[in-house]
Amino acid sequence: MDNRLLISGSPHVHSRDSVDRRMWNVVIALLPALGVALWTFGARALYVTLVAVGACLATEWIIERYLFGRACTLRNGSALITGLLLAFNLPDILPLWMVAAGAAVAIGVGKMSFGGLGCNIWNPALVGRVFLLLSFPAAMTTWNPSVGSGLLPAQATGASGVDAETGATLLATLKTHAHEMDLSRVDWLSLALGDMNGSLGEVGAIAILLGLAWMLLSRTVTWHIPVSVLGSAALFSWCTGANPGLELLSGGLLLGAVFMATDYVTSPMTHKGQLIYGILIGVLTIIIRRWGAYPEGVSFAILLGNSFTPLLNKYCSPRRFGMAGKRKEAAA
Amino acid sequence: MKIFTFHKGGIHPAERKLTAELPIRPAPAAPVLTLLLSQSIGAPSKPVVKAGERVAAGQPVAEPGGFVGAWIHSPCAGVVKKIERVRTAQGYPADALVIERDAESGERYAYPGLDPAQASSEEIVARVRECGIVGLGGATFPTAVKLVPPEGMTPECVILNGAECEPYLTCDDRLMREHADEIACGAYCLMRAARVRHCYIGIERNKPEAIEAMQRAAAGYEGMKVCVLRTKYPQGGEKQLIAAILGREVPSGALPVSVGAIVDNVATAYAVQQAVVEGKPLTGRVLTVTGEGALNPGNYYVELGTPLLSLVQLSPEAERVIAGGPMMGKAVSRLDSPSTKGLSGLLVPGAPDAGKMQACIRCGACYNVCPMGLEPMMLARQAENADWEGAAGRGVMDCVECGSCAYTCPSRRRLLDWIRYAKSQVRNLK
Repeated sequence: MDNRLLISGSPHVHSRDSVDRRMWNVVIALLPALGVALWTFGARALYVTLVAVGACLATEWIIERYLFGRACTLRNGSALITGLLLAFNLPDILPLWMVAAGAAVAIGVGKMSFGGLGCNIWNPALVGRVFLLLSFPAAMTTWNPSVGSGLLPAQATGASGVDAETGATLLATLKTHAHEMDLSRVDWLSLALGDMNGSLGEVGAIAILLGLAWMLLSRTVTWHIPVSVLGSAALFSWCTGANPGLELLSGGLLLGAVFMATDYVTSPMTHKGQLIYGILIGVLTIIIRRWGAYPEGVSFAILLGNSFTPLLNKYCSPRRFGMAGKRKEAAA
Repeated sequence: MKIFTFHKGGIHPAERKLTAELPIRPAPAAPVLTLLLSQSIGAPSKPVVKAGERVAAGQPVAEPGGFVGAWIHSPCAGVVKKIERVRTAQGYPADALVIERDAESGERYAYPGLDPAQASSEEIVARVRECGIVGLGGATFPTAVKLVPPEGMTPECVILNGAECEPYLTCDDRLMREHADEIACGAYCLMRAARVRHCYIGIERNKPEAIEAMQRAAAGYEGMKVCVLRTKYPQGGEKQLIAAILGREVPSGALPVSVGAIVDNVATAYAVQQAVVEGKPLTGRVLTVTGEGALNPGNYYVELGTPLLSLVQLSPEAERVIAGGPMMGKAVSRLDSPSTKGLSGLLVPGAPDAGKMQACIRCGACYNVCPMGLEPMMLARQAENADWEGAAGRGVMDCVECGSCAYTCPSRRRLLDWIRYAKSQVRNLK
């Protein structure tokens, strides 16, 4: 008999889990929201998505190939997710060259400058979005005039105050007309379905929740981050006198809580850390929306939360087995 | 019915108990047995026979090299051919006694049988020691040493480990089904030896026949009870088993007896019964030959020193052989090496899956499955950076090497390899 055997350290079996499986599950979870974007914004949504994804994939491929000289990692789907999420964070009428520029920054600066997958500190898609928001503030806040704002027309409800504007998001309307707003004017059905203005992927609440359900069922993410972000945002907005339902449904909070804050690389590793991180993001979002200069605060809140992740990893380490007694002794 | 379990971490690997319905059969007797002098934890044993000497079956051939050490007995009647340097299954050099079987001579060396209800604690401990019994769950710690706790510590109970949480392995399951009475009697001997009133027999829920058999057998002894455990890996880890059954955590760096528990494997209890009641020393054990690449799967009673080559037939595609289970077993590099007291299985895995290692995505999966509450990803990173003090500070020495982290890692990082390396380096620091 040939006496040559392969040897390796234990364990000799592996769960079927893989980075690729997880990433592709996220892609599947993003599909319902993509469908809503196509339904609400039409072909423009498709163009923006294709350009964002294409530019992300191209940037990663070029950098891996010519700067790092490493094997291609596009198949793990993470650049695809960054492209989709970046597109989901942009208005449908943004010039396509800006979309491409945002994608190049998202991957090039947000991810590859740190060393690629697993090394970045901030969510790459949000780095791309914030780059665009700061560089082209006008274009990033100009919305499609043919899409409604999520408010019913004044005459339909008989209420006074601001007219249902076209070419504005509900959050922007709330920011500028907060005192004249009448909650009975809110078209809740449009908010749930996504028939309103906003960034591509943030409008369809039900679609995003479907995606969350898929990620929870496929064990791609745990409930800790989405629930703590949404729960703390709802609670805190209620404390500040706002309508929590409106805060959750009117902007990017759902999209951010479900798909952006849950990014593995940039969120804490322990459940305890994830809860603190989620609460931080939820509260910061409401603070920025209410007292900041921007109508929307989720992107900044998540990037700030990302910045706290190393600290949370350090101070929320798991409780070690058999250390209960020692802690008590140390305290005594 | 109460289901016991540990609460920190853990995983659910595919059980793959392919051989659970195959009764224990004796493996074919090998003409030459090679008894490694170092086959349990502690000092290597010293031969008490010379080359050319005749030995009877069951005759002691090597004595313990120290307090933590074990007697070794010849499984067969025959002639000591030589004391030779051989290779272990992992390829390390080791000294061994080579005994050539003498088919005609049926000579047996036997100890007088004891009545466990009458024998004193000291007598039972002495018998366990002179019969060379070590932990058969895989750790091979001398059982007699465990039964005499250090000064100031009082055991409260004996816990029998019948969890068999490793995928594939079924030797303990079969032993419990076929020899429940002997195991319960062995548990009683251990209770008498340790002077405790309680014995808990932990068995995972996926072995209903074993649970039933052991419940029937345990009913004959006061204070003995079967605890049904959730099927979860590493339920059979010593610290996890104590946490599951007693709800107590063994403090970091302390012995199980510090929380009042003495844990022994069910196979060890069987060996104790054989030694005390029947007067038979430990000269063999049951092991499982299994895996998609093994042509002769089954549960076999194997004499110590049998060449692995004669125990397992590999399919032509087989590339690897694992001594033990897939989670904690060690890869075998030489099939011409002999079986030992600690060998619980020979696993021949099928075709390996084609997963590749990728960058860590900091998903935290390894944190959540670690049953010791450690941070495997950080420990591995510290090992990569040769930060041994840092790894020690993060409790790397608490790692029980269960492999849950590396099993789970979606990036297939070799976390446990790095952690083992860190442990060896931290040991060198001291």
